[in-house]
Amino acid sequence: MLASQIGYYALIIGLFFSILILPVSIQNFYSNKNLDGRIFSISFLQFFLVFLSFLSLILSFVNSDFSNETVFNNSHTTKPLFYKISGTWGNHEGSLLLWLLVLTFFIFIFLIKSNNQPKKYRILTLLFQQIIIIGFFLFILITSSPFNYLFPVPKEGMGLNPILQDPALAIHPPILYLGYVGSSIIFSASLAGLVQNYISKSWAKHIKIWILTSWVFLTVGIMLGSIWAYYELGWGGFWFWDPVENVSLMPWLCLTALLHCILVLEKRSSLTSWTVILCIATFTLSMSGTFLVRSGILNSVHTFANDPSRGIFILIFLFILILISLVIFFIYHRENTKDVNKIYFFSKETSILINNWFVMYFLSVVLIGTVYPIFLEVMSGEKISIGPPFYLKLMIPFLIFFLLFMSIGPNLDWIKSKNLKIKYQLVLLFIISILISFLILKNKGLTSLNNTVLITAAFYLFSTTLKDFFSERFINYSQRVSHFGFSLLILSILFNSIFSSEIITNIKVGENFFYKGGTIKLVSIENKKVNNYESIIGNFRLIDNNNNLTILKPELRIYNTPNTSTSEADIKTTLFYDKFLVMNLVKGNEYFNIRYQVKYFMIWIWISTLLLALGGTLSVFRRVNEK
Amino acid sequence: MKNKILIILIIFFFIFCFIVLFKGLNNSNIYIPKLKSEKLLINFKSKELFSEIEISSDKLFIDSDFYILNIWSSWCLPCRDEHKFLMQLNKNSSLMIVGLNYKDKSINAKKFLNELGNPYSTILLDTDGTISIELGAYGVPETFLINDEKKIIKKIIGPINEQLINEINLMIK
Amino acid sequence: MKIFKFFIIIILIFNFSNLNSQETDIELSTKISKNIRCLVCQGQSIYDSNSDFANSMKMVIDKKLKEGSTENEIYQYLKNQYGQWITYDPEFNKKTYILWILPLLIFLTGGLIILRKIIVIK
Repeated sequence: MLASQIGYYALIIGLFFSILILPVSIQNFYSNKNLDGRIFSISFLQFFLVFLSFLSLILSFVNSDFSNETVFNNSHTTKPLFYKISGTWGNHEGSLLLWLLVLTFFIFIFLIKSNNQPKKYRILTLLFQQIIIIGFFLFILITSSPFNYLFPVPKEGMGLNPILQDPALAIHPPILYLGYVGSSIIFSASLAGLVQNYISKSWAKHIKIWILTSWVFLTVGIMLGSIWAYYELGWGGFWFWDPVENVSLMPWLCLTALLHCILVLEKRSSLTSWTVILCIATFTLSMSGTFLVRSGILNSVHTFANDPSRGIFILIFLFILILISLVIFFIYHRENTKDVNKIYFFSKETSILINNWFVMYFLSVVLIGTVYPIFLEVMSGEKISIGPPFYLKLMIPFLIFFLLFMSIGPNLDWIKSKNLKIKYQLVLLFIISILISFLILKNKGLTSLNNTVLITAAFYLFSTTLKDFFSERFINYSQRVSHFGFSLLILSILFNSIFSSEIITNIKVGENFFYKGGTIKLVSIENKKVNNYESIIGNFRLIDNNNNLTILKPELRIYNTPNTSTSEADIKTTLFYDKFLVMNLVKGNEYFNIRYQVKYFMIWIWISTLLLALGGTLSVFRRVNEK
Repeated sequence: MKNKILIILIIFFFIFCFIVLFKGLNNSNIYIPKLKSEKLLINFKSKELFSEIEISSDKLFIDSDFYILNIWSSWCLPCRDEHKFLMQLNKNSSLMIVGLNYKDKSINAKKFLNELGNPYSTILLDTDGTISIELGAYGVPETFLINDEKKIIKKIIGPINEQLINEINLMIK
Repeated sequence: MKIFKFFIIIILIFNFSNLNSQETDIELSTKISKNIRCLVCQGQSIYDSNSDFANSMKMVIDKKLKEGSTENEIYQYLKNQYGQWITYDPEFNKKTYILWILPLLIFLTGGLIILRKIIVIK
């Protein structure tokens, strides 16, 4: 109770400071002095108060303080401690508080770490960021306070959805938000840079760490969400083109394009306007994502509790931000008259432009696929569903070209230098890729033009990025690792979808099921009672055609609060495949419906994503060391 | 000049998006398919609950001016709530009520009727739910109002309530 | 550049046609159920869902496959019953022209903008 009071008033005082910082900074902006020390203090206080508020919310959850409405709605006394804590941000109000926490934290870090940047630029970044922060303060305090008081105090909470009680899902929001909110700094900084005409090489060098950090966190955050989906939801799938997933993918795509653009800006001072547009777009997509997910406008497994009034607030807030950025862009953007507008064909800029071209295309496919149903319904009343077939049909042909360009692109300057050796290498690898892909597919009986070309391209990228590890010429490590990681990711996903197999059948205790690859026997069923659920475990013996035995024990959990049941798959992971078994009750009789899947190269999907993020991390450390 | 046109276009584009998204917020998320034209009731075959004889639906939907096809189960709580409305409707002689028992055990279905009354002239069994799908239904409870040409003139998804009863009564006058 | 765009179109056409190898009934049933939305769930396909509706739907699909219906016939049948919303693959009709064409337009526009920025060294 006390904790909730502290939390609430800390937010109010925090809002006060967030407004107070405005006149102080504006005054400092126009004065001739250096950056005012008071600005540091107030922004620290702002952060500290939000941190205090967040801490009090965690405390309320840990103590199961059901006089707090949010705790009541989302927790339960029998929940394990770890999930009580992670339940803090697993709901709408708590997650918004987390957004605010990271927003205030990052602006403080920005101020501290930007001492070598022009004062006016720093203050303007702060001012733009404060608009966002104040917006969030108001949003939380007016529509989504995590500190609402319930009287009489209920004795027990409504519990948390058991599907959400998973370690991957517990850390997925904080990491994802670090990515989203990082893009808010980029947004504010780019607007500030525009006003001050400071979009230049030194600005690029300074902002690059923020872009990289955001990108790494988003990559890992998305991966964690996929891992959770694979282990907990959906029958062995890891990406469903669900609106909420798409909403996290869009800023990631934008950041990837931005990442490559900033490289050009850093070295050559061109593409300035486009870079700023990307900076604005990334954060706009993050915010739109927040809108789409929390307002109830979209239909998805992952959406938070729906409340149109909150949706209206975010919508208006979002469009105010868009309006501000559009106005600033059009007033302050300058045509680059002095430096080169035209770029030579075989150059780094070209490959980066092509990268951006394709990535923006992929982004537009995801964006249009996600929001088109909304537009169609409002304009014609008709509802359509857009799912994997749409995205795959539009993306795969272009992916092929993208992979090919990505293989050749980084090698362009060497091709230009008429280095014969590298040309031979590239052509040779290409021929090898075609052969390998043809062999693999022929083995599986799947030789269609699409598949062959796709695997060839993926394999080509794989081999060229692998070759780069042994190359004598200078390529920085982060690029080698990330590009290789990306190629491995594509290849693993492809192999996974081509080679995986699945058996679905109904089986009862003592029965043997024979299929092409072996037998499955349900040996026994075990019933147990665990703290907040009842457990039914199936003991399965699987024998394949080579007489290898695998024992899998999928579990059914029947929870009492809330009254739901979940199916926990049993997964045996090796380097080459995952054996995945899930069971469900068949209503009304003693049969169990089982799905047995052999999923190839699953673990490589996660490893390669980590490699991708590792490359970005290496780049951050390299830059930090350079200073 | 080109720049100015571009700016105006972009502004209009965003205003358009804002309006659409604003309106989109108020749209319901539940999809209730509009009956574009009156669909003909398909024929289906199934066992009858009490007699266990297999009956074909085309032999049932004759002789009356209007028919109600009600999909229900003993384990479905809203079905309990709407049952009294069905009993009310039964009093209307121009109406014949046929029941489709969805994914249920016969014992439980009979217990349900013993307890709450039987408004159905016939009850057919849909033990695996496939007949309901072929009828285009979502689940339980769901009710179809059919006229003498075997056309579906009204479809009610979810339990019948006071207002819907009045609408039905108006349609069968 | 023209050859390049030509290739894109060829590959797109190939993708839109069905160059499928034969699939067993079970594989086809799985493929179809991944494409059908569970109408009583929040954004799941009937493959992903274990609800009554999804299970009954799967049985109907299996029954129809046994009777010899093709994949497209099954989609048509379900669309007639439940409306367009039930399949995850939006048709290419006058309501969805924009949906399919807009990304491609964006791609072409992007290409044009880039072309203007590049000159080729001879």
